[in-house]
Parts: sequence; C-alpha cells; structure tokens
Amino acid sequence: MLFRRDAVHKILEKRENSAVVTGIGNASHDVASAGDHPLNMYLFGVMGGAVMTAFGVALAQPERRVVVITGDGEVLAGIGSLATVGVERPSNLSIIVLDNQVYGATGGQLTHTAAGVDLVGIARASGIVNSVLIKDQKGLERALPEVYEKPGPYLAVVEVSPQSAPRVDVPKDGTFTARRFRSAINQEIKDHG
Amino acid sequence: MNDLDWHWADDVHQHFRHFGIAQVSYVPDGGLAKLIQLCNSDETIRSVALTTEEEGVAQIAGAWLGGQRGVFLTQSGGVGNCVNMLSMVAECRIPFFAMVSMRGQWAETIPWQIPMGQATAAALEASGVIVHTAWSPQEVPEMVAACMELAFEGGRAVAVVVSQRITATGERG
Repeated sequence: MLFRRDAVHKILEKRENSAVVTGIGNASHDVASAGDHPLNMYLFGVMGGAVMTAFGVALAQPERRVVVITGDGEVLAGIGSLATVGVERPSNLSIIVLDNQVYGATGGQLTHTAAGVDLVGIARASGIVNSVLIKDQKGLERALPEVYEKPGPYLAVVEVSPQSAPRVDVPKDGTFTARRFRSAINQEIKDHG
Repeated sequence: MNDLDWHWADDVHQHFRHFGIAQVSYVPDGGLAKLIQLCNSDETIRSVALTTEEEGVAQIAGAWLGGQRGVFLTQSGGVGNCVNMLSMVAECRIPFFAMVSMRGQWAETIPWQIPMGQATAAALEASGVIVHTAWSPQEVPEMVAACMELAFEGGRAVAVVVSQRITATGERG
C-alpha cells in the first residue's frame, strides 16, 4: 500500500507552474513537506471547501493547472462540489484524494469510504468522467502524467496507508499564504503575458 | 424603458460589468431570479449554479486568489450553510461581496422561514461580514455599487441584503 507522503511528493515532482490547494488535515503537511511554494494555498479550516476554492482559481486561471490535494474525509464533507465540478467541467482542474479511510487528524475514526462509499464512482456519476483509482506504485506511475495533462476535470483517489507522517513547519497565516499565492499568480501573468 | 419596466436587477447587472465581475455563483432563488438570469446570459460572466451555498463562498474566495472578482448570490436560508466557510474569508481577509435575498422577514407566511431569516444578518456579522440592508428597490443599485467598492477596494467582506419588502415573496412555499 502507498504511503501518503511518498505519493504526494511523487505527484508534486511534476507540478511545474501548477497551483496547489490543500484540504484541512494531513494533506497540508504532506504538500508542505515536499517544499513550501508560493503557489501552494494551504487550508487549515473550511472542511469541505478545498475543491470549490480550487475551482474558483481554475476558472480565473484557465491556462494553468490547478491541483487539489486533500483527504477522503474532507471531500466527503463537500461531496456536492463534485457534482458542481462535473457540471461545469473545468478542463484545468485535477483533484487528488488521499484515501486512508480514517479521519487521521482527529484520532483515526473511520470515514464512510471505510464502509465502502466509492468516491471514484460518485465522481464518475457526477460527470467527472476522468476519475481513477490508484492502488499501488505502478498505478501511481501510470496516472502521473494524467494529473497534469489529461483534460479535466480529473480526479484520482489514491489508496494510502492510515499511517500519518510527522507534521512539518507550514505557514498557517491565511492572510500571508493567500496574498503570496495571488501575487505569485499575478507576477507570472506580468512576466509571461 | 419607462418607469414601470424598471427593475433594480438591470442596474445591478450593469454595476457588475463596471466592476469587472468575472464569476457569479448562486443557488437558484426567486428573489434574485432576474439578476441570476441576467448573469447567466452575460458572456463576460461565468455564472455557476451550486448544490449548496457554502460552495459559493469557497468559489468566490478562489476567484480572488486566482486574480478575478466574483459575486455570491444567496437566499437568506443559505447564509446559515455558509458560516464555517466564511472563516476562510475572515482568516485570509479576502475581498468578498455577496447579495442576500430575504425570507422570514417581511410579511412572511411560511413559519419555517422565520428562524433563519431573523438570524441572517446576525450570522453574517458574527462571521465578519459588513451588512447593508436595502428596503426599497430604488436604493439597491447604489448600495451594491458602494458595497462592491468597500469589498474590492476596501478589501472587506460585505453583503447587501435585499429585503423581503422588495422581493415580496411571502406567498412562496
């Protein structure tokens, strides 16, 4: 079984100028542990809000890939967002769900995916046609180019071990990360037209 | 257009264009139906229907992060769904503009609408949103323009509440 942090690092190796929005919980630490980046927007609250935050960025930045990295519990908390994304079909939005079947940040209580709720099935039925399940290293390698190149909306559920990784030093001040993120996007617009 | 044809939503839509609003998100609503329809048929605005209101708060926050201006449209009942999501707007101090059409306020006939209607402005203010309420159609456009200035230039979260006296929909179920 994949370890969440290894999977996230592997995915972020290919990010180039993609913007990344993380969901509350361990996902923010997983992303920050690969190296802080001005185009990372870390959410430490608003459970269920990561997909729609990234959706708003994706509409505003149609030439840039926007990647959500979040957990199964966070996506379940905003499950209607998958229907909205499925209807609107932003071609530059990718959603990575690290599915460990537990609420890792609050003591490991089971999420509904542990009882068989199928996030890939929900996503596909919501109109996110390019939705895949990644179970192992081989599957991850195969899916990697799709995260950045497959016409979106794209969703990958990555089955990961429930084992959490150590917390890392990550900026939690929203006024800082939000303005840094927005400036980095605007700077690139100025630099590259 | 003669006076009888005038509708506040036409002027508000023009203000949206003037302020460069690029994204509008909404849950379908009777009181704002005309404004929603104007946004839907405007090619310069990407208008998005949501499954539930808090999605719109996150989307409009994302729009600003991505360099665009957005507006969130909701009925008062939906404000209750947004409270936690508004913590992102407050924590990140994101310029945010919303329009709220009221139920449970003026000649309401459905008692179930009244608790949330009475809590709407308080919930917004408790979440850090500046609230201005319009009681007549004539004052809506100017209030919208002033509040968008406050939001996008002043860098604040602001809501214009369109009272039920204006939308006059107490008979709706």
